[in-house]
Amino acid sequence: MGGQVAGIDVGGTFTDLVLLDPVTGAVKLAKVPTTLPNQAGGVLAALDEAGADLATMDLIVHGTTTTTNAVLERNLCRTGLITTEGFRDVLELGRRTRPQAYGMSGRFTPVIPRDLRLEVPERMDARGNVLTPLDEDALRERVARLLEAGCESLVIHFLHAYANPAHELRAGQIARELWPNDHITLGHALLSESREFERGVTAAVNASVQPLLERYVGRLAGELQARGYARDLLVMNGNGGMVSARAVSREAVKTVMSGPASGVMAACYTGRRAGVGNLITYDMGGTSTDVALIRDARAPVSNEIEVEYAMPIHVPMVDVRTVGAGGGSIARVDAAGMLRVGPESAGSDPGPVCYGRGGTRATISDANLILGRLPASRFGQAAEAARAAMADQIARPLGLSVEQAAEAVLRIANTHMAGAIRMVSISMGADPRDFALFAFGGAGPLHAVALARELAIPRVLIPARPGITNALGCVVADLRHDFVRTLNRPLDGCDMEQVHAIWAAQQAEGRALIGAEKLALKGIRAEYSADMQFIGQTHLLRVPLPDGTPTREALQQRFEAAYHARFKVDLPTIRANLVNLNCSVIGERPEMDLRALIAPDGRRDLAGALTGNRPVWFGGGWQDVPVYWRDHLPLDLHLTGPAIIEQMDTTTIVEPGGIVTSDAEGNLFIEVGHAA
Amino acid sequence: MPLDPVTLAVIQAGLQQVCDEMDLSFSRAAFSPVIAEADDRSDGIYSASDGSLIAQGSRGLPVFVGVMQFSTRTIIERIAAGETEPPDEGDIYIVNDPYLGGTHLMDVRFAMPFYRGGRLVCWLSNTGHWPDTGGAVPGGFSASAISAEQEGLRLPPVKLFRKGVMNRDIWQIVCSNIRVSEQRIGDVKAQAGALMVGAERLAALMDRYGDATVEQAIAEMRALAARQMRAMIALVPDGRYEAQAFVDSDGVVDRPLTIALAVTKRGDGLEFDFAGSSPPCMGPMNSVRATTLSSVYLAMRHIFPDVPISAGAFDPLHVTGVAGTFLDASYPRPVSGCAAEVSQRIAEAVFAAMVQALPDRVTAAPAGTSGNFGLGGHDPATGADYVMYQISGGGYGGNADHDGLSNGCSTIGISKAPPVEIMEQKFPVLYRRYALHEGSGGAGRHRGGFGLDYEIELLRGEARASFVMDHGRFGPQGVEGGWDGALNRVEVIREGEVWVPPHLSKAQDIPLKPGDRVRVRTPGGGGYGPPSARDPAAVAEDVRLGRYSPLDAERLWGWQA
Repeated sequence: MGGQVAGIDVGGTFTDLVLLDPVTGAVKLAKVPTTLPNQAGGVLAALDEAGADLATMDLIVHGTTTTTNAVLERNLCRTGLITTEGFRDVLELGRRTRPQAYGMSGRFTPVIPRDLRLEVPERMDARGNVLTPLDEDALRERVARLLEAGCESLVIHFLHAYANPAHELRAGQIARELWPNDHITLGHALLSESREFERGVTAAVNASVQPLLERYVGRLAGELQARGYARDLLVMNGNGGMVSARAVSREAVKTVMSGPASGVMAACYTGRRAGVGNLITYDMGGTSTDVALIRDARAPVSNEIEVEYAMPIHVPMVDVRTVGAGGGSIARVDAAGMLRVGPESAGSDPGPVCYGRGGTRATISDANLILGRLPASRFGQAAEAARAAMADQIARPLGLSVEQAAEAVLRIANTHMAGAIRMVSISMGADPRDFALFAFGGAGPLHAVALARELAIPRVLIPARPGITNALGCVVADLRHDFVRTLNRPLDGCDMEQVHAIWAAQQAEGRALIGAEKLALKGIRAEYSADMQFIGQTHLLRVPLPDGTPTREALQQRFEAAYHARFKVDLPTIRANLVNLNCSVIGERPEMDLRALIAPDGRRDLAGALTGNRPVWFGGGWQDVPVYWRDHLPLDLHLTGPAIIEQMDTTTIVEPGGIVTSDAEGNLFIEVGHAA
Repeated sequence: MPLDPVTLAVIQAGLQQVCDEMDLSFSRAAFSPVIAEADDRSDGIYSASDGSLIAQGSRGLPVFVGVMQFSTRTIIERIAAGETEPPDEGDIYIVNDPYLGGTHLMDVRFAMPFYRGGRLVCWLSNTGHWPDTGGAVPGGFSASAISAEQEGLRLPPVKLFRKGVMNRDIWQIVCSNIRVSEQRIGDVKAQAGALMVGAERLAALMDRYGDATVEQAIAEMRALAARQMRAMIALVPDGRYEAQAFVDSDGVVDRPLTIALAVTKRGDGLEFDFAGSSPPCMGPMNSVRATTLSSVYLAMRHIFPDVPISAGAFDPLHVTGVAGTFLDASYPRPVSGCAAEVSQRIAEAVFAAMVQALPDRVTAAPAGTSGNFGLGGHDPATGADYVMYQISGGGYGGNADHDGLSNGCSTIGISKAPPVEIMEQKFPVLYRRYALHEGSGGAGRHRGGFGLDYEIELLRGEARASFVMDHGRFGPQGVEGGWDGALNRVEVIREGEVWVPPHLSKAQDIPLKPGDRVRVRTPGGGGYGPPSARDPAAVAEDVRLGRYSPLDAERLWGWQA
């Protein structure tokens, strides 16, 4: 032990690396272009750039977008489905929805096309009794047909398999005799919950990304080994934990959306060390903004995420919500003379006008540039084009100056973003005023203070390295395994010994899996919760538990207390249902010292950190605002806005009246004060 | 002096946010699945002078677009006339009378006056679909009702809360008249709680921007929304666009009901003239005026989703000619079908007229039925009675750009259908099939989406089946040369014999024994453009995937193997 640890995150544009030496505390960072389709090129280039010595390295943790991209771009492997007779169209019919509440059009492409979805005689009832035995000859024939059709992986998904998996297990056994590889997914194995569409889609996505992930991870592990890396490669999952590369492709679907999860894990870690456990993460990129709500430095995990329209993936994932606008969101004046921002976006290609890549429509980034929030020097000629676009498209129709128009664009964008963040927060039963805003991503720190004021959030936290937050998440993430078991019974009818036994078994399985990783750990802990509801209700409330042996009365009381805390309603005459038993087993990695993330040398006093002044537009007029270089700021910082703090990977705007301090790990805290 | 456009936009977003928070609060705290899961509810802010809509939650059920402004107006008028007790701070009125500006009896409205410094500024109101309000059948959808009394308890506006305290007398009367009343208190607390959340948020908004500014913004928003709608109407070429849509029957008399519509563009407004539609009917397929207007509004919002929901948006839309037709029923005509079915036929007529004017923006007709199949019986295994509802989707219409969506939600709803596995857990039924209704998409350049084909077997005990659906006689309309989508078809299979309801899509209390089956095939969407213009590769793909038989493909598109 004691060798280097690397966290490598592949993003849409860049592959970021954080290389940490736990003994010396030294940190190296690297940012290289992402390589597609094979992301391994960028990963190796990042390691090279940081000068990593693979032979002595202890651990590489990797966040990959291989499966996320495959799902969102529908670049999936050819996959076949065998299901219960009468139900092959479940994956195409969905749950009777449309993409938006208004507008009677939309498109939907099922994960597996109809000709590769076959049926076989078999049937369980809802209690798991066999109504029709599995027709094994028919099954063999279907497997052969799918192989002939060129399928690379296979899903076996039977009705009520969560209640009795016997038919799925037997079908899997038969299929394995015929199938040339391991790419067989049984529906109940990933998710043992009722709801055939959601369970089926989850299984289908798993099967259709499994070969891709296996090939990618295999190739990368091979390359690393060839360069002398002797340890295990770990891969980030969407639940914010990591698993061994050897095992990751078996449950490949769990790696979907792992990028945003890493960012949230880094926020949890940073917040915990800084003593700020309640955070709303705010990651603003070019096309969209992601938000998550962290309580007590723990990431929110949900089993019911829909990654896009009618694409539910019901495995535990960090609950990150996309709330709309990004830097490329387009501003326009509509036919009735109203200013609107988004939902149309110039994205990163062509991008905002100021990028000079052919964008012609005014965006949020252009507004930031015009108001001096971004340095004009970085944009050259295109800065003039951005002004002209704002003048023609927004200022003239509204009868405003260019600056007033740009300010209006930011105000509208912030109003809508704040509204969306508020909705996320209250849908989770939280008041945003009880949180700090954790801003990262390229554009997060530009808007954070104004947004916090809009939300009445008192404090903003800007981590030392906002631009590499996801890679940091890889370095600090824990090992994690989640278990869910559906009971769905009135609490009063539950056998509590059985309930305790289920939790004990989940916990033991998790410990065994983590033990097998042979990784240095600080400890292993288990977190328990129950999903409950009042009898007669349909939606669930997650009730955290201190251990896996609560009494029946304790469960009812904790549920009622949680319900009251969330909805301010007491319903003393109604009893509870116990729906799901959850357990997460977490292998805690040794603490990392984040002081290494900031340049240890080069700290100066405030005057020494000043790089100059520039005019910035605040509240209707220009002000001459000091600009600081973040790496030179003193760690006992105390400054009052307006100010601009620049660093390699982002720009932080301190609105007038905001008060900035720092801690020893280089985090900036901004007390936002009140809106002007 | 008018407000600057940015402040106006910010306050508009703020009011929208207040309504969205009410919607969210209501759903999250509600007890009944129909509200908590199916979002069959809506919340809004209404003017103090005439009840006109100021802002409404974007997550409300579409059929409630604009409805509550009529019930709020009625309350204001009745207070002025001394028929209803005048408001006090903290009061909440309850009302579900369809004829006083509503939909059907199950849609129960709460209305709360909002005060600032003792002055009435506006009303907050919401609607929730209660699972039961009494009447002849559980759930209220009696397909054979011939008067309002058979449909449930009818409440005029009365104060359920006085100065924040529930009036237990009224509550006890309500509870004595509805089924499963013990769980309703959870919904009532959620519904009243949502209004209180709204009041708190609205007060915060006014504290921040000042009462005068917010009230000025409210006044200007109406004109602004009207401008936004007029800007959209400017896209409509001058002219008169005629269309018809048909309800299979009223459930009692087996005769189709006609919706006759002529849309005329006059200046910067649109007139929707329903003269010539059928007279009021005997069975429950009547609509009340508020629902009829709301159906026109929701159809226009489907066409122009960017225009905010506000009274101003409705100002340029003039509805005429409904007096004396089944689209303007009065007491005691039964109306349970108006919100779920008639509203969708009205929307279909609007689509069919408007697609002639805006062929690139409007789709062919969607399946347009909520597909209510109710099964009530006794399960000997649990010893309890049960009522099961299966709602189902259908195909959407093709449009200028692409084929229609399959198994889409009803035009007026946003609720998901329950999973088969959950239904089988709760009720003594077994699904034999839950499949694509093959061949159901109307042929066209862009074909309609496909409906659903399901079959349910009763496993235990005796039960009675009821159906409130539509499009059993007339398929969803194809447009621009496209063909109609397939019909809705209900079959009851008893002891091997297939029985089809005489009214095709509507029937009540059909007795079933264990082993009997019900098969429902829901409509496909209408086709868009002539089938001959369809890309042959797309036809071949549909055949390869078994969505159409080779024979159908040959008949519809001239496809050759």
